[in-house]
Amino acid sequence: MSRRTTGLAIEAEGLTRSFGETRALAGIDLQVPAGAVYGLLGPNGAGKTTAVRVLATLLRPDGGQARVFGHDVVAEADAVRARVSLTGQYASVDEDLTGTENLILLGRLLGLPKSAARQRAEQLLTAFGLTEAAGRQVKKYSGGMRRRIDIAASILNTPDLLFLDEPTTGLDPRSRNQVWEIVRAVVAHGTTVLLTTQYLDEADKLASRIAVVDHGRVIAEGTPGELKSSVGSGTVHLRLRNADQRPEAERLLQATLSVPVQLEADPVAITARVGGDGSELDASSQAARALSELSRAGIVVDDFSLGQPSLDEVFLALTDHPAVPATDERDDELEAAR
Amino acid sequence: MSSDTATSTGRAPTVFVPSSEALATVLAPGARPPRPSPLSASLTFSWRALLKIKHVPEQLFDVTAFPIIMVLMFTYLFGGALADSPRDYLQFFLPGVMVTSVVMITMYTGVGLNTDIEKGVFDRFRTLPVWRPAALVGMIVGDVLRYVLAALVILSVGLVLGFRPDGGVLGVLAGIGLLVVFSFAFSWVWTFFGLILRSEKSVMGVSMMVLFPLTFLSNVFVDPSTMPGWLQAFVKANPITHLVSSVRAAMAGTTDASAMMWIVLWSAAFIAVFGTLTMYRYNRR
Repeated sequence: MSRRTTGLAIEAEGLTRSFGETRALAGIDLQVPAGAVYGLLGPNGAGKTTAVRVLATLLRPDGGQARVFGHDVVAEADAVRARVSLTGQYASVDEDLTGTENLILLGRLLGLPKSAARQRAEQLLTAFGLTEAAGRQVKKYSGGMRRRIDIAASILNTPDLLFLDEPTTGLDPRSRNQVWEIVRAVVAHGTTVLLTTQYLDEADKLASRIAVVDHGRVIAEGTPGELKSSVGSGTVHLRLRNADQRPEAERLLQATLSVPVQLEADPVAITARVGGDGSELDASSQAARALSELSRAGIVVDDFSLGQPSLDEVFLALTDHPAVPATDERDDELEAAR
Repeated sequence: MSSDTATSTGRAPTVFVPSSEALATVLAPGARPPRPSPLSASLTFSWRALLKIKHVPEQLFDVTAFPIIMVLMFTYLFGGALADSPRDYLQFFLPGVMVTSVVMITMYTGVGLNTDIEKGVFDRFRTLPVWRPAALVGMIVGDVLRYVLAALVILSVGLVLGFRPDGGVLGVLAGIGLLVVFSFAFSWVWTFFGLILRSEKSVMGVSMMVLFPLTFLSNVFVDPSTMPGWLQAFVKANPITHLVSSVRAAMAGTTDASAMMWIVLWSAAFIAVFGTLTMYRYNRR
């Protein structure tokens, strides 16, 4: 039990890393408290994967420093490796081997004797619902099973810090929920999780703090609540019956809600951010007020919805540019590193 | 949930529901075992290589069929012209073709490493707190098994065709031993290329570019005394020539001390230079 640490799991200052011309990390600062899920949120190519690879000792930073539980990731890489584990799009298990073989292999490499490694493998396969697939080659697993065996492999040594690099990308909703449940259980047992994701709702559901990453920098940091209220906690999407009425609707919404209003490409569509910091009303009351103002002015609304801001909207608000997926970071890395 | 039952095809109907009790049992932090010794870690990695052979037996094609084709092809192609008969040529040629085939197979070490990196398996290994070269040493130890297999296949074909080594069982074993030691050392050249080159294809390309001249411009096929002077100079410096000379001598029941010394030096040099370069790249990436 003495292994569990309070305080900071990760401290990073000014991490930089370039691959040839591409600046994947342009000075990342992070302070990740121990014992919770910390979300790194950003589009493809924002630098999330590179940051995780630097923190997991897979990649050396060009500049800056990072410590994991007080150990420098470059100078004391082995001490870091003893306490962390990584599951990523690219840190995976051997797909030619069966589930059992993969887990025994890792157990042996972590120093377990043969029988203990086998026992641990069985335990993990049972807990992750993979008993039936235990003897099958991993390449024959479904996407969800594949992700579960990856995570099982990562918690084999009950790490103090677990890196999950986009653990639900490409999964169906049910498999996604399973992964979320597993993440919650892992954290409940005292492991710190650094989760990267492209989905705001995922960061929102799991993380107690979030850093928004863009072009290799942290552009915003805080609890999910803080982040969302800085952007507006919700978005109202409206579709009007008559496109002619849109300018009038825009003026009205700006006047009554005093929030940013955006005209969409669709000539009848209009979007407003609600529930922001400055307003005294919450998102739903603001939305209701918008609706009643419009109907009083005789503007017919065909479609109305109130939703969370999407990652695109968070990005637009924070950076004034949409979250355009850049090129795949690891491809850049492979290109440049060779 | 009715849609689930309606759409379920022949697959296992059980849907995994993560149970917090089951997860709790595997998440309870146990005492961390001491880290494995370098030897134990390397052996675990070579166990992985064996498992891969078990699951993908097709990969043995290049250590069985390819050597057989090499022996048959060259024995009957050159035998009549270069010696009095294929059978006479075989006495000279078999140790050489064994060296050529096994040395050519070493390139798959680089190809395999490159594939592992591409698939991300190596990223997980690199985050483990084990002796750093273990993953590569284990991989090459696994490959050594393939080298031995290839050598035995060639020996068997040779024996069937009439190869009769004067050195007897011991001489043959000594010859194969030398070959395997050299191939182990030489494999580190390919781990380095496997790490720095971009794709499996380019690893293959570079390997062939190195291996073809190295194996053909040697004393494997013919006696170098008929070659022009500049070529003889290359052939004499070529490590493959030394290797073939020492293997040939061992199988004939004699010892070529100077060739043997060269092989030891070359092997040590390959490990020292390319082993170091490989580990540098492996840690740096």
